[in-house]
Formats: sequence, C-alpha cells, structure tokens
Amino acid sequence: MTAPFLQVKDLQVSFPTDDGLVRSVNDVSFGVARGETLGIVGESGSGKSVTSLAIMGLLKGAKRSGEIWLDGISLLDASSEEVRKLRGRKMAMIFQDPLSAMHPFYSVGQQIIEAYRIHHRVTKAVARKHAIDMLNRVGIPRPDKRVDDYPHQFSGGMRQRAMIAMALSCDPELLIADEPTTALDVTVQAQILDLIRDLQRDFNTAVILITHDLGVVSELSDNILVMYAGRAAEYASAEDLFTAPEHPYTWGLLGSMPRLDAEPTDRLLQIKGTPPSMINVPAGCAFHPRCPYADLASRTLVPPLTEVAPGHRVACHIPVEERRRIWQHDIRPAVEGGR
Amino acid sequence: MAGFVIRRALGAVLLLVVTSMVTFAIFFVVPRLAGQTVDQLAAQYVGKDPSQAEIEATKVKLGLDQPITVQYGRFVKGIVAGREYSFGPSTEYCPPPCFGYSFKTQRPVWPDLVDRMEVTASLAFGASVLWLLAGVSIGVLSALRKGSFFDRAAMITALAGVSLPIFFTGLLSLALFLPTGVSYVSITDDPLAWAKNLLLPWITLAFLYAALYARLTRAGMLETMGEDYIRTARAKGLPERIVVTRHALRATLTPILTVFGLDIGLLLGGAVLTESTFSLPGIGRYAIDAINNNDLPQVLGVTMLAAFFIVVANLIVDLLYAVADPRVRLS
Repeated sequence: MTAPFLQVKDLQVSFPTDDGLVRSVNDVSFGVARGETLGIVGESGSGKSVTSLAIMGLLKGAKRSGEIWLDGISLLDASSEEVRKLRGRKMAMIFQDPLSAMHPFYSVGQQIIEAYRIHHRVTKAVARKHAIDMLNRVGIPRPDKRVDDYPHQFSGGMRQRAMIAMALSCDPELLIADEPTTALDVTVQAQILDLIRDLQRDFNTAVILITHDLGVVSELSDNILVMYAGRAAEYASAEDLFTAPEHPYTWGLLGSMPRLDAEPTDRLLQIKGTPPSMINVPAGCAFHPRCPYADLASRTLVPPLTEVAPGHRVACHIPVEERRRIWQHDIRPAVEGGR
Repeated sequence: MAGFVIRRALGAVLLLVVTSMVTFAIFFVVPRLAGQTVDQLAAQYVGKDPSQAEIEATKVKLGLDQPITVQYGRFVKGIVAGREYSFGPSTEYCPPPCFGYSFKTQRPVWPDLVDRMEVTASLAFGASVLWLLAGVSIGVLSALRKGSFFDRAAMITALAGVSLPIFFTGLLSLALFLPTGVSYVSITDDPLAWAKNLLLPWITLAFLYAALYARLTRAGMLETMGEDYIRTARAKGLPERIVVTRHALRATLTPILTVFGLDIGLLLGGAVLTESTFSLPGIGRYAIDAINNNDLPQVLGVTMLAAFFIVVANLIVDLLYAVADPRVRLS
C-alpha cells in the first residue's frame, strides 16, 4: 500500500514562552488520501488549529518535529521558499472568520487574482476571467459584477464562498478548512459544507476539516481524529466513531450534541470541568480530571494510542472490554435517548 | 463617489465660514465683551500713542461704530471682493482677497502672506518628503525586526528626535555645519541654492517628524502583521516581501496618511520654531513679528490662513482616505 497523499507522523509542535515550553501538539499521526476527508475535532486549545498551521508552515516561532509528507515531499525538511511555493498551489487553507481573513482594502476579485497569479504566469485579464469562473463555481450570483466588490459588501456566507474560491483558485490537492462554518448562520453552514463536499468530489481534493462541532464532521468526514490537550484521543473511521466510540471524551462530545429526535425532556450529557491549560497539562491522561472512569493509571501514565480494531485507535487506560460494556450499557442509551 | 466628494467639500466650506466667524469674534467681539471700549479697540489698530483723531479715523475705517453684523459682513466682503477703508479724504484700498489691512505698515496683509508662503511651503514640502521616506522605512524595518539591535537603536533615536526641541537641534546643526546661517533663495531664481540653503532646516524639521512617524509606522505594522488577512496572504503562497508591502504596509499607511495631512496643514500655517531658528522669512516668522509688533490685522490674517490650510488639509485627507479605504467610500 502506498503512503497517502498527506502523511503526518509523530508531529510535535511546541512554543517557547515566558512560562516555559508549551507543547501544543504531541505525537499526532494521521494520513489523508486524495478525495478523502479527515475531520479533526476538539475543544479550543486542543491543538487542532496548530496542527493545520504546522502543515502549512504558517507558525511563527514554533518548534516542529516529526514528519509531514505531502505528495512525497517532506515539509519539515523543505526550505521555507519551497514550502511557500507549495502554499496556495498544492495546499490551501480557509479560515474561520472570512471577514477578518480577507484584506479590507482589496476587492474580492483582486484577492483571487493575486492568489492565482502567484503560481501562474498569466495576464491580469486571464486571471480575472479565472476569478469570475471560480466565483461562479462556488455559487456566487452575478460573479462578473461581484468580482469587483469588496469583502465588506458580501454577506458572511458569500464571503466564505469567496474565500473557498480563492483557496481553490490554484486547484490545490489539499484543502485545510479551519472551522469554516463557525462564524456563519446555521442555515448557511449547511450550504458551505455541501459546497466543500461538491468541490472536493469535482477536484478530487484531500480535505482536512477542523471543527469543534461533531455534527459538522459527521456529514463530511471519512475519518475523524479527536484531539484533546494536544494529543490524539481517538482516531477512527467516521462510522466507527459514531457507532462504537471508545474514548470517554468522545462519548462526552457525542452526548453533548443536540439531537432533533430526542425527547424535549432529555438533557444533554455534558463533559464536566473545563479544558486544561496548555501550560499546565494534567499528568497522565490529560483528560483524567474530567473523566468519570479515571483510575490510578490515568493519573500517572500517558495512555498510548493503541489499535482496537482495524483503523480504529484509542488512547485510554480502561480495558477494551470494559469500554465496550460502558458504551453499550451506559452511554449509548443516553446518547441515543429518544430513539 | 461624486456625492461623497461634494458632501465633504460643502462641509469644508461650512467649516471655513464658521472658522471666519470665530476668528472675527475673537478679534472684534470678545475684546468688547471683556469690557474694552470701542476707542480702546480702535487704538490697537494704529501705531503707538495714537492721537484722538487717528483713533476716530480708524474706528470709522474699520466700521467699529457699526453693528456687529455689518462689521462681519464687511469682513467677509473684503475677503471675497476687496475692501476700502475710508474716513474723509484718506482712503486705503485692500484688494481681494482682503485678509485685513495693517495701519501700522500701511500695507494690506494678503500680499505679505503670499510673499512668505513660498518659503514656508518650500520648507514644509521638502521636509515632509524626507520624514516620510525616513520615518516609514525605519518604522517598517523596526517592526519586522522587533527587539533587534536595529529596532532598539532606531527607537531610542526616535525618542530623542521627539523629545529634542527644534531650537536645540536647529541651533546645534547650525553651529556644527553652517555657522554663517542660511539665507533663503527663491526656487525660481536658483534651484540649487534654494535646496542648498534649505537642506539644514529640512533635515532638522524632518528629524522631529521622522521620529514620530517611525514610531507610528512601527506600532501600526506590528498590529497589522498580526491580522488574519496577513496569515491569508501567506497561506496563498505570497513571498514575504509582497506580504509586507502590498498587504501590511498598505493597511498601515492609511491612518498615517491622516496624521500626515494634518501635519502638512499645520506646517503650512507657519513652521514657527524652524523659521525662527533658521531666520527664514516664512509665515511663522511673520506671525511672530506681527505678535511682537502688536499688529492685529497681520495676526488676524495669519490666523485665517493657518485655519484655511488645516481645513483644506482635512478635506484632502478625507478624500484620499476614501480612495485608500473602500469601506469609507461606501458608508
């Protein structure tokens, strides 16, 4: 079997700060193939955005170690100039808040044209036509007119569409979407997710979808990586993660998802406590202070990420049989409450 | 866009009218309110130890015996259409734009101001080119190398530049480089001599402002470089050089433009300290001399001119801002 298009191995990212070295990402590994979507889920500070910025080479003052392979190129060994040339052309990124992520002084068209012309030697007229095509492609009405509008003249959803048009203008093979729908209305969220899925199918793009919302990844992802305090808690196919999750943190995430088919009287399950500070990560399993099943091992040893089924990895000290029993008898009925 | 320009221009005209009212009031209404008699007011517009007859004549010439509205009407008419100051056989004519007539020098104020404008404008524009180039580039380099030796040295120098007054740096530079002093030569007579004589005043004035602009630019760049759209520009694969210039500097320059316009406007109304230090016969020197001679029409003229430049500079800044920032244009 050949290595997937994007392969991340034992990635570590740390930032030197006045309070000491902050390890934002620890030993994270995953792969994404062309046409495939990986969802990375976690709370703020879990390291999901840092992971994506580390792949893009957009972290200032961070120490990265491990391996990142993009289509056979080692991104950690490549020069910054080589990586710059890959950005935009081979790997592109869209961000959470499209208003602040677009330059307020340049029209949407100018920004797409600029993105295209960095990597293609074409005239402005050709690039402009391409920009209009891209805007049309992402479903912006009257793109030949809107191309000259400024970001603040677009609605939130339209802006995110324009961002996607800009990111996809050079036909990248990897698209990283960092919370692409968080700043949008719920009705618009679904449209944007549909758009990403359609474009991914057409362009055969590898997609990393970063979100704190399991509902968002459930629709799109082939595989899901659940991150907690900079580490992988659970890594599984989307199907496995929703039908047979094994990490207590995943259970908590699933339980806190509102469901339309639940009885109005059912309460959401919640994860007690607050996310840990990355400066003072709890010893052992970082989740143990919030975990109702934590034992002595959880408090002292970092649980290794072990494969419990083909393609399904979990980092938890609870014995596998015990986990499956808890899921079947306690958690699943509560999560699927109304059914 | 046309509507925007017209709105702003009308606003500027209105502001000028209000400015003229306030200036007029300060010179002709406030002293009366403060208890001065008409005779005392009139006495200030003639030479020392005026005779009663002179005071009477000036009173009528300036219209000080008329109601305040008539006085203001004549004042405005003078600016627009010129004005005659007459009492019996003696008549002084002040052609438009009449910003007052000095009974002490027996000359209208406006031609004097025009003569001196060239000096002040030469000083202001020459210095502004220097300080923009130096200030902005030092500020950008400092921000990009925050905490480096260059950054610290530049910021300490900038602190010195902001703190040291012109008459100190000016006199020091004169003593060091040009003990004979500078004498203004018109640019139309001899451009080379013009530049040679102004070089020291330019550098002295620019040093002060460059320091200010370096600090402004540095702070602006540091803020802008942390913006999300800078990260987007990098994510597109733009070379760092373009990220810095086309994206970060572009956004940083816009607020600096505002400050720049006002600074130029202020300086055109008279670079008082620089002109005094280097004995340049500009508007600033004229103002100082007018105050020393207690020549109120001259002071009034300078005040109006300075206010005019500020208002016009403001207008130009507003219009440029709309060109630079599309969000302003459309709101």
